[in-house]
Amino acid sequence: MKLKPTIALSAAGLLFNPATGDSFSANPVALEILGLLREDAAPEAAKTAVLARYEVEAHQLDKDWDDLVAQLRQHDLLDS
Amino acid sequence: MNPARPRLTVALTGLNAVDSPGPGVAVARALRESPAYDVRLIGLSYEALEPGIYLPDLFARSYQLPYPSAGTAALRTRLLEIHEREQLDVIIPNFDAELYNFGRLAPELAAHGIHTFLPTAAQLEMRDKLNLAAFGAEHGLQVPADMRLFGVADIPKAAAQLGWPLVLKGRYYDATVCHTPAQAEQAFWQLQARWGAPVLAQQFVAGQEINVAGLADGRGGLLSAVPMRKLFITDKGKAWAGITIADDALPALARRFAAATRWRGGFELELMRTAAGELFIMEINPRFPAWIYLAVGAGHNQPAALLQLARGEAVSDFNEYAVGKMFVRYAWDLVVDNADFQQMASVGEL
Repeated sequence: MKLKPTIALSAAGLLFNPATGDSFSANPVALEILGLLREDAAPEAAKTAVLARYEVEAHQLDKDWDDLVAQLRQHDLLDS
Repeated sequence: MNPARPRLTVALTGLNAVDSPGPGVAVARALRESPAYDVRLIGLSYEALEPGIYLPDLFARSYQLPYPSAGTAALRTRLLEIHEREQLDVIIPNFDAELYNFGRLAPELAAHGIHTFLPTAAQLEMRDKLNLAAFGAEHGLQVPADMRLFGVADIPKAAAQLGWPLVLKGRYYDATVCHTPAQAEQAFWQLQARWGAPVLAQQFVAGQEINVAGLADGRGGLLSAVPMRKLFITDKGKAWAGITIADDALPALARRFAAATRWRGGFELELMRTAAGELFIMEINPRFPAWIYLAVGAGHNQPAALLQLARGEAVSDFNEYAVGKMFVRYAWDLVVDNADFQQMASVGEL
């Protein structure tokens, strides 16, 4: 799972899809995850990194992760 | 005046910068930024309240033209009158309906030293909205199915063929999405009264509205294509804000159009991208769009290049355009003296 390489991601958490002209904003945690996805990190490795940094239960992270990925897919921001 | 750039006097129409705007003011702004010429602009209007007339920083003078329905002879007389006073170098007409008359006069204008770079009558016909479906079929371009309506009695047949909702379009401008027979009848009468018969019924295509502003060299080559996605659409369906986007399929489509038609000059492809990713050509406008200044902002000054084409100069393909450039249109109240309006309305020039 990887963020499309054409997607512009700013340090302030703004995403821009140049193919559609769509813009989105991400909160700091989502921004961190998007950064990992940009590096083509495996989902499990990315989740482990988030669990290590934030006080969050694994089941809650799984749920939020699935939500985020669904949104990214819906807006055609993922390569695969 | 920049002494490095030769002075050129250019007349153009489409000064109606209103809620359904003509492209003239945007084209004028682009021409003022021509890297090749120091452009002096002459406005050509049809109505005394076209806002561009009252922009003296843009237009040195403005003159009223006879309506296209007055014919070629009346237009010729008026243009030569204006030429005698202003020594025009180039004319850029910006309305669909006037292009036939200007095209017929082009050789005569050229003999007077007035250059144009216009699509031919055959090119205008093939992309005419009444012929668009046949054009698409001939060139393998995806175009919504349509049917000509000559009376309200044709509406049930159109609905049976094309389904609901139906899009009813005027001969030159305006479109209405109709969800019921009653809406379709009302739209038919309104469109016929305004633009004449036939009215066009078109298959409704849902999706994202994307437009491409293009410039072609008349020999089958595309010089520039700048795609824009509409971000804010007015109740008249006009883009009030938009953003340049990167999608190789869009310039490729413009290139196919330019090659298939050997198009001369500016054009606009009005497209719809469906959720499945299909691209439909909804309309092809034979002139620059009202948002053409966005293309300038993205690095493609198509109107300035058109000047060079009109003067027979070589124009190279543009390089990449800037992606993510946005335009946001605004309304601005011009305060003018009533005497100026009276002069334009009565004498036909200002």
